Amino acid sequence: MALQDKYQELITAATAGVSNLQVREQEGVLYIDGEAPDGATKDKLWAIYDKLDPNFLSGDLVMNINVVASAPVTKAKVTTERSNLNIRKGPGTDQPVVGKAAHHEIVTVVSQSSDLWWLVRTEDGEEGYAYAQYLTPES
Amino acid sequence: MKKLLTSVSLLAFLAIAISFSACKGKLKDADIKTAVEAALKADPMAAGSMVEVKDGIATLTGECKDDMCKNLCAEIAGKIKGVKSVVNNCTIAPPPAAPVINPEDEVLTKALTDALKDHSGMGFAVKDGKIVLTGEIAKAKWAMLKQTLDKLKSKGYDLTGLTIK
Repeated sequence: MALQDKYQELITAATAGVSNLQVREQEGVLYIDGEAPDGATKDKLWAIYDKLDPNFLSGDLVMNINVVASAPVTKAKVTTERSNLNIRKGPGTDQPVVGKAAHHEIVTVVSQSSDLWWLVRTEDGEEGYAYAQYLTPES
Repeated sequence: MKKLLTSVSLLAFLAIAISFSACKGKLKDADIKTAVEAALKADPMAAGSMVEVKDGIATLTGECKDDMCKNLCAEIAGKIKGVKSVVNNCTIAPPPAAPVINPEDEVLTKALTDALKDHSGMGFAVKDGKIVLTGEIAKAKWAMLKQTLDKLKSKGYDLTGLTIK
């Protein structure tokens, strides 16, 4: 219960703006899961988290808030820092690289079956898995 | 006229006599309440319910764990002498949230390898389901990385060796 007190402001904000919210405490870790209607709502929650636990360094909270798109994502921009994005045969860095998508290239999202790896197709027709963190949905 | 008065007074007398005898046989609400409370307490499943009695009508409140428990409370109260009817205002407790499924250390290690591929200069390990991170990382990158790592549902973090620049 102490963790829920520590993160009370965050839980209150999540209750107001997040659907399918689940707040659970297990083995000394607080888990907050849910679906935010937009990126701004999600960013706001992460800002509150950063305020309550500067730099997220306590390691006692696992917050998994996904943004639910109103329409299925079909196109995404490669938002790496500057490098190309590897397209792999399967979901995992142990999988062979079958192609590359250029920095800021727009790729077609074939499937978002996992939160971490999306199946994409490049402009050159190369198809494979890319790490979702480096893909930003295009509206 | 006199005859009418006599019959009226006779009727009044009768009415008073009847109501008195009825009073004698009627249980007091407070006594019924005590009896219902005792019966509810006696059953561990119904022990969470409370009762108020007014004019023989027992109103149940409190939290039950399911429909079966709620019906049982009403049944117990209904059997008590003097209870004319039962108003069941018990609520059903929401089901407890499902526990978080933490991945095996092996699965977590593989996912961490993927997530940290582009963060050279950082060390990582998995210990008892916890993610252990060491080294240095810029704040903006860390904020992004933490969001990704939280999708892995680890048993928390050990970040004592991590420095945020």
